[in-house]
This record gives sequence, structure tokens and C-alpha cells, in this order.
Amino acid sequence: MSSIISRRRHPAAGYAAIAAGLVAVGAGYAALAGGGASAASPAQDTTQTSQGHSLFVQSCASCHGLDAQGTSVAPSLIGAGAAAVDFQMSTGRMPAKELGAENERKPSDFTPAEIYDIAGYISSLGGGPAIPAASQVSTAGANTALGQVLFSTNCAQCHGFAGAGGALTYGKNAPSLNAATPTQIYEAMLTGPEAMPAFTDGTVTPAEKKDIIGYIIATRNEANPGGFSLGRTGTVTEGLLAWLGGLGFLVLIAMWLTAKRRDPVVHAGEDQL
Amino acid sequence: MSESPEEISGPRRVIGTPSPTPKAVDVIDEPKEPAFSAEPTMVDHAKNAERVVAALFILAFLAGCGFIAAYVGLEVGQSTIPKGANAVVAAFRSNLALGSCLSIALLALGIGSMIWVRHLTPNIEIEEQRHDMNSAPADRAAFQRSFAEGAAISQITKRPLIRRTMLLATLPLALAPLVLLRDLGPLPQTSLRTTVWRKGLRAVTLGGLRPLTPADLTVAGSMITVIPEGYQDDQDALAKAGVILISFEPGQLNVPTRVVGGVTVSTQNWTLDNTIVAYSKICTHVGCPVALYEQTTHHILCPCHQSTFDASAGASVIFGPAPRPLPQLPLMVDTDGYIAAASDFTQPVGPSFWERG
Amino acid sequence: MSDDAVKIPAPVSGVGGWLDDRFHGAKGVRVLMHKVFPDHWSFMLGEIALWSFVILLLTGTYLALFFVPSMSDVVYNGSYTKLDGITMSQAYQSTLNISFDVRGGLLIRQIHHWAADLFMVAIMAHMLRVFFTGAYRKPREINWLIGIVLFTMGMIEGLFGYSLPDDQLSGAGLRITEGVLQGVPIVGTYASYFLFGGAFPGDSIIPRMYILHVFLIPGLILGLITAHLFIMFHQKHTQMPAFGNTEKNVVGQPFFPYFLLKGQAWFFFIFGALVVLATFAEINPIWLYGPYTPLAISSASQPDFYMGILEGSLRMMPAWEINFLGHTLSLSVLIPAAVPLGIIFTGAGLWPFFEQWATGDKSFHNINDRPRNAPVRTGVGVAAVLFYGVLWAEGANDVLANAFDVPLYTITWISRFAVFILPIGGYYITKRICLGLQRKDAGLLTHGVEIGIIHQLPNGEFVEEERPLTEEERALVDSKHVYKALPTPVEADENGIPAPAARGPLGWARAYANQAFTETVEPTNGHGNGHGPNGHEAIEGGEHAAIGAGDDDSHEEH
Repeated sequence: MSSIISRRRHPAAGYAAIAAGLVAVGAGYAALAGGGASAASPAQDTTQTSQGHSLFVQSCASCHGLDAQGTSVAPSLIGAGAAAVDFQMSTGRMPAKELGAENERKPSDFTPAEIYDIAGYISSLGGGPAIPAASQVSTAGANTALGQVLFSTNCAQCHGFAGAGGALTYGKNAPSLNAATPTQIYEAMLTGPEAMPAFTDGTVTPAEKKDIIGYIIATRNEANPGGFSLGRTGTVTEGLLAWLGGLGFLVLIAMWLTAKRRDPVVHAGEDQL
Repeated sequence: MSESPEEISGPRRVIGTPSPTPKAVDVIDEPKEPAFSAEPTMVDHAKNAERVVAALFILAFLAGCGFIAAYVGLEVGQSTIPKGANAVVAAFRSNLALGSCLSIALLALGIGSMIWVRHLTPNIEIEEQRHDMNSAPADRAAFQRSFAEGAAISQITKRPLIRRTMLLATLPLALAPLVLLRDLGPLPQTSLRTTVWRKGLRAVTLGGLRPLTPADLTVAGSMITVIPEGYQDDQDALAKAGVILISFEPGQLNVPTRVVGGVTVSTQNWTLDNTIVAYSKICTHVGCPVALYEQTTHHILCPCHQSTFDASAGASVIFGPAPRPLPQLPLMVDTDGYIAAASDFTQPVGPSFWERG
Repeated sequence: MSDDAVKIPAPVSGVGGWLDDRFHGAKGVRVLMHKVFPDHWSFMLGEIALWSFVILLLTGTYLALFFVPSMSDVVYNGSYTKLDGITMSQAYQSTLNISFDVRGGLLIRQIHHWAADLFMVAIMAHMLRVFFTGAYRKPREINWLIGIVLFTMGMIEGLFGYSLPDDQLSGAGLRITEGVLQGVPIVGTYASYFLFGGAFPGDSIIPRMYILHVFLIPGLILGLITAHLFIMFHQKHTQMPAFGNTEKNVVGQPFFPYFLLKGQAWFFFIFGALVVLATFAEINPIWLYGPYTPLAISSASQPDFYMGILEGSLRMMPAWEINFLGHTLSLSVLIPAAVPLGIIFTGAGLWPFFEQWATGDKSFHNINDRPRNAPVRTGVGVAAVLFYGVLWAEGANDVLANAFDVPLYTITWISRFAVFILPIGGYYITKRICLGLQRKDAGLLTHGVEIGIIHQLPNGEFVEEERPLTEEERALVDSKHVYKALPTPVEADENGIPAPAARGPLGWARAYANQAFTETVEPTNGHGNGHGPNGHEAIEGGEHAAIGAGDDDSHEEH
């Protein structure tokens, strides 16, 4: 103790004190804050439903109505299903920051347990598509060849051939798929969030959805054997690189090659050579 | 020319004025003892440069050997890489190794050659005379004379019968190559006007090849691509017969009237319950699959040139270069409850053509 | 002075003698060895295209040893296991094979594709250099036309080349080609069925494109390149205006050994740059696109960049179609397909002759122009670049919309107006900039160069000291070619009859064009009094129509 006090006027003493304070606050916060995500599946038991209800009233009812019946600014969620809630909230799209604008993926303010509670509550109101089980979204055993056919026919026109995203009308975008989890991909296909059409289990069966997810994940994780992929957006970036990288580099070399030499010029007649 | 103080002194030839008669090649005198040196002027600098160039060429040699070693050492392809290894990663590694070695070899050769020519050679400049491109009038006249004489000797100018019959003879032979191209392909006839859809032909999903019931599309905002059953391997048929099925909330779908064979018909009974509608997936602009469907705006967007169609209003054109709405396929439910076509399209699908009408 | 320089090595006299006995080559080859190639970095752009073409031939031959140009279906079961079980064409399968099962195959494929892109880049850059320096003028008009034909053939060759693997992206491009062809009046449907051997996609297009891509078109390109180079050799290269350079000489280093060594260095750099790109930048990843099916499409579907102008034209066009008497004329397809490229190629092809007509300039030109000294030409060139550029950018409108968060339709609307406004505005602004630079040059000739030493006069005014131009500087600044003004329709001889070339609407058009071309800024010939505003104003401007043909150097002043 005395060794600390005797150094209280040391030049670094102030910094040490602040550092100690930060560590203390951080440790205290970590100890007091809620535990890590518990991967509890959404049960329909009344405790979770009532918890979900209170969370809903807190965070969602101002736009969606106290009974989720919808208002002028947000649609009804009765019949929307747990899958839609899980997708929208786990990708951070909901609660929406802005009305009317396209909602983009951002970090969620809710824990997975809270999302499951709200999803359970919404599901209890009117049913709707359920959150897929782990086996439904596992990529093991997925037929990626069929996944490629289905993806290119139904998904690539908006999301790009490698899931890099694409433009829609009026400023909307189909997002990149690189950050989506298999569960989120499944839920998006099933519920058709925002501008995306819905692919029900009748039109794209659960097995086919699994194949599509398998294809997306395999493509995402795949190395680019030819070098940097330039964003996997196709020929626009290639052309840009040909002009700037290819021609740019070569013009600089040409300037070097033809630059004036430092040694003096020797004039010679044609017949002297 | 300007005097430069460091210029090497010695006898210098004055480059003569261009002679009045242009010559094809300069007459070269007996070469005198050259008044300049074939060595570069800055000798020490050149020695350094020589070392650099040699080092670069040695680097190129090593990189070239590296290329061969990488080729031999790095396998690609499922049949040769170790079991369980990833073929894509193997291709990546091989490409990187081969490409790096080759790049280094080539660039080292390039830089070496550049330093060689810029620092190991003397900075000699010569002046060459341009010759008038036009020949001397005498030469031109002689040419024209020879040409005219030759033509006269051939008699072609004097015997129009030969001239004209020769032309006549070559005409069909000149046309023959074009005639031979006729069998490149069949005549289109009416094939552009119809597709393989017909009454009762079921629609199946692309990929899964499953027929659909209306219950599969009850969720409003659903969309799926379907093809005629049995034609999944016929690319030519699919290129015109692809169809998108879209489902709406009741009341949102406003079907237009269309003119079929001169008669205006309502297309309401072309839909299923006025909630499920089928449009051709082939864009009426230049034929790309028009596939982006935004369920919030009911817009179908073609990604090729951004033609936009309103799916809730008979796929009428809202924006973009497409000149006509997407043709609508009349739908029915067959006896087993599956969605099927009620008939073929009532107009040609896809891009416009001259005989379309 | 050493004797080593002139010692003749034995192989030269031995083999050389053997060949000379048979070909009489000593004098001719010696002339070749002395040939002077002027040195300027911008003269090397055409060579990029040349060496890229050589590399295309070499890598293309290698690829042809493995590629199968067939559309017959196979079920894939190869190294790229993600696609195991998919039905695809043999063309696509053999391309996957090259990429994943042949060592070096992916590298050669990527070098080939990057070389094709660089070939077109170099042609465009070279064409712009030749245009902006006026190197297409007499006697080089034919070479200019050959170049334009090479440009067109390069585009077609590239289109066929990237369509050979039969992947989703290039197949969509073929579909668009077919749709455009189908829309051509009267013969369109027949042409489409003949090209594709029936309905699209058929199974003939890839084998047919293959023989065009590996034999016919490269042969034509090779022949035209040979002619292009031979003409350049025979007429000698142009040179930049500089001290010692005249219309009658070429100054530079002799071909042997300088240009050989430089050419060698340049070849290695170009090849090296292409291999660097092929190693570190993936191009045309056909395994990600998947095999072509007519009912699938991706967002951000663009052709290779040199076809971008056609793509942009198709996207920009509003929906215009004419139906009459049972026939359909789809202008929204035909206008984009024919008009923009038609304007550019026809305009470029006719330009040397138009310029000759408008300026009445029939002399030989072996010295290049500085762009500022040809304001109309430079302005028109900039307008053409902007026209091409707007259409090219519109071809990437969905990529731009996604990348920069701009609404899709907004970009299209902007380009619909920009395609007219930007070229016109660009012409005027460029022309004014050129004339401004000419004014600066005139100032240099009159006053000299400011050297940075400033004096203050007793009355408070600051003046900067100037030095006269050196000979090198003067040669550059004074290199402007001044066009003579042609007689105008209003001029008449003493009997009241205007000159024959100046009559009629063509005569008026010529006079108007001539007026634009002769607008220039004159130096004041060193008269020190020409400083005030009045002195300069009387000399500038181009309304010299009243002054007939003659020496423009002697003007009236003030």
C-alpha cells in the first residue's frame, strides 16, 4: 500500500488511476449484466408468452398497436408468425429506426431469448410460420447442385449470383447474404420480408430450402481460386481494374521507358552506324 | 542542332539536304572510322547498371525455375489431390504459386531489359530523312502508261462483250456463298408465335419438378417460377415457356381486359380466384428472364435493362424500354387439383419481331 | 572509341551471307536497322494492343487444346463438387475442367481474359491519342480506318470469346443479342434462326462462335494488324513538335538495337502486368455464375466493359414501338443497337475527311498537333468521349445504384439528359480551354517566361522579370499549325460570282465549319506595345472571314 501512496505524485499516476477505474467499471458491468445468449427454443408456455407480451408492449406496440393489430404506420402482426419476428429482430431490422424507409441489417438491441419471447407471443396471437428447427437449416447433406439451380432461378436476380446483393427500384436494395445465418435465410425465404416475395413450403419445400442454404453457405465460404474476387459483382469491377490497374501501370512504365536520359545525347549520322 | 558543351568532339557529317529525286534507299558511303563510341558515356554508372541487370536476370531465372517447380509440385483436380482436400483451395494455391513465379520472372526481365537499354547503351540519336510519299510525276506517269498499255494488251477495254460476259459469269458464283448459308437454320414460320403450353398441361416448379396446388400459394406475396411438365430438359421450349406465378391478397389484383383475336376479353377468369396470376417470365424487351418481384410495390423488374411491370395490373409497363406488357398465361385447376394452363398464351411471348402484328 | 564496336561476329557473316545469297537483303535490312522510331510514352499505347494480341494468340492456342465447343448436355461429376449432378453443356464442363483440373489452366484462362480486356483498353487509349494529336491526317487516313475496323473486330471477337464457356452471364448476353437480332425489320427473325440454327438457344451457336473466334476473326485481325504496322513502317511514325523535328525528318534512336531492346522490355512488362492481374485478380468466375439456363438471371449482369456502351444504350432508351399494318418496329431495341455506335464509328471514320473538307488542308502532316492548337478537334473528341462515357456508365447503372445508394431510375433519368447535355457542354468548355491555353502560349512568345524575380516600381506596381524562351521551348510553343480561311459564300469575285466550292447549302456548311476551325489566338509577333486590352482583343477571335486565304501571320493590329 505504502508503495502505491509513495508514488502518488508520479507522472503516470493520473493515467494509472483512470485505467484502474475503467477496469473496475468494466468488471462490475460484466458481472452484473445479463448472461450470454441462451439458445432456448421458443416455447409456448405462458411465462414466456407473457414476457414476450410485455417486451412487445415496450418496444413494438407504438407502431404495431397494443394487440399487434397494426396501425397506419405498421402492418398487423397477427398471423405473421414466429419466423418473421425472429428474422426481423435478429437482423436488427426491427424495431425500425425510420418509418417508410427500407430497413437494413444492423446489430440487434435484443438478446435471442427476448426475441424468442416476443416471437412466441406473436405466434400465440394468430399462428404463422414457425422458427425452423436446427435440422431444417443444417447444411450437412444439402444437395448443392439442386441448390444452385433453385438459387439461380429464384434468388440470384435480386441477391446476385454469389449473394453480393443488388439494386431494386426506388432506392431499395436486396441485401448481401454474407452476414445472414442459415436460420435467417430460411426465415426470409419463408416469410418474404419487406419487398422480398414469400417462398412458402409449398413452392419451395423445406428440403429445397435446405439445399439453397447449403449452396449459399458453400459459396460464401468458398475460396476465390483466381485471386481477389473484386466483390463478386461481375464485369464492372473487372473493367475498372483493367483501365486503372492495367493501363495505369503500363502508362507509368511507358513514361519511365521513354524518359529523358541523364547522360548527354550523342548525335550520329545514319551512315556512321 | 544545338551545341551542347559535353558533346563528344570529332568529325561529324553534315546530313545532306534532301536530293531532288527521291531515292528509295540512302546511298551509303564507305563507312569511315566512327566518330562516336559504342560504349555508354558514364562508365562507372554502367558497371553498376550491369550488375543490377544481371541480378534481375538471375532473379528471372530463379522465378522461372520456381514456376516449373510449382507446376510439378502443386496438384489440382479431384483425381490427384489428397482425399478430402478442397479442389478450389488447390486451384487457388496452384494459381497463386504459378502466377507469382511467372509474374516475377516477366517483370524482372522487363525491368532488366529497361535498365539495360537506358543505362548500358550510349545515348545515340540519329536523324532520318522522310521521303515524300508521293512519287515523282515521271514515275506516276510511267505507271499510268504501263497500266493503260497492259489493259490495252489484254483487250478488255476494246472488247466489251468479253467484259460483260465475264461479269455475268461471276455473278452467280459470287452469290453462291450466300446461297450456301441457307441451311444454317430452319425458317421461323410461326414458331415464334406459340409456346408448348396447352390446355391441361401442368405447371411444375423449376428444379423440384413438383406440380403446385392453389393452396401452395395462399400466402400473399408468394412468387415462384414454373415450367411446363415434361419439358425440363428442353432448353428451346423453356426459353419461351417459363412462367412466374404470383399470389395477391384478395382485391389487390386488377386484371385488365386484353384484345384476343380482335375481341376484347376480360382476363379475370385467366387467374385463379382473382388471387393467383401467371405471367410470362420472358421480358418483352430483349428476352431476359424478368424475375425480380417486389411484393410491396407489386413491381416485376427485369435486371437486364430495368424494364418494370406492374403485376397487379396485367404486367403493364411502368418504366424502362420494354414496349409491351408481359403476356399472361390463362390458368385453370385440373381435375387432380393442380395448377395447369388453360390454353397457350394468346400472343407471342418475348421480344418483338417484324411479323408480330 | 574502341574497335570492339565494329568487329563483325562470325555468325552474322556466316548465316547472314547464306541468307543474303538467296534474298539480296543486305541493303534493305540495313535500312530497317536504322529506322528511327520517335520516343514518346504515348506512342507505346498501340504496342500494348499488339503485344496483348500476341499473348491472346498464345494463351488462346493453349486453351483450345482443352476446350470442347459443344452444347451437348453432360451431368457434371468433377472436381468442383458443389455442382456435382447438374446438367450442363460440354463447353461449360470443359471450362470447369480447365479451371480446376488442368495445372496452370486457370492462370492461362485468366491471362487470356485480362489480355482481351487490355487489348480493348489499349485500342481505345491509342485511338484517343492518335485523334487528339491529329496523327490520322494525310498520309495516314487509311491506317486510321484500319484501326477503326480493328476496334470493331476486337469487340466482336471479345463478345464471342467470353460467350464460349456457356455460363449464365454470357448466355444472358447471347439472349439479348438474339432479341435484338430478332427485332431487325424484315430479316430479323430469319437472321436469328440462321445464326442460332433454329430457336434460341439451340445447340449450334457455340460451335459456330468457336470457329469464328479461333480462326476467322483472329485471322482477319492479324492481317489488319500486319497492314497497320506495315503502313506505319513505310510512312514512318509521326513525331511530337520539338526543336530539331521537322516535317521532313524523324529524330530518335535507331531500331537496332534500341527499339528491339525497348520492345523487348515493353513486351515483358505487358505480359508481366497481365500475369500479375491473372494471379491476384479473379476474372470471369464461371463456376459462380453456373451453367446457362434461359430462366435464370443475376442482378448486376453486365457484359465485358467494351460492350458496355450497347448495354447502356439499351437501358437508357424509353419504350418506343411502332405497330402498323401487322408489323412491329421496336425502336426501343433498334435505336440503341444501331445509333450510338453508329454515330461513333461513322463519325470517327469520316472525321479525317471532314477535317480536310472544313479546313481545306491537303498538306502532309508528320508532326503531331498539341491538342490545344486544334480546339475544334479536341472539343469534338471530348464530346465523343463524354457521349461514349455516359452510355457506358448507364450500362452499370444497377451496380452504381447499389454501390452509391442512388435510386435506380434516377440514374437512368440523369443519363437520358446527360447524353445530350454533357457532350455539347463539353465541346464548348473544351474549346474555350484550348483557346485559353493558346492565349497563354501567345503570351509566352510575346513576353517570355516569368522567372520568379519580382521588382517593385517606384509607383508601387509589381512586375516580374521574364526571360526569352529557349530554342526547345520556342519550338514547342510555336508549333501551331494555322489553318487558312476558305472563301465564304458571301465573297465574290469582281463579277459577283462566288467561288464554286462555296456555293449552295454545302458551301454554307463548309464556311461555317471553316470559321470554327480557323478560330485561333495569334501571338503579337513580339511587339512590346501589345499589352493593353485593346491590343490583344483586336488580334484574338476568329471572325476573319473577310480576310481571304493568305499568310495569317501578318495581321492588322489595333
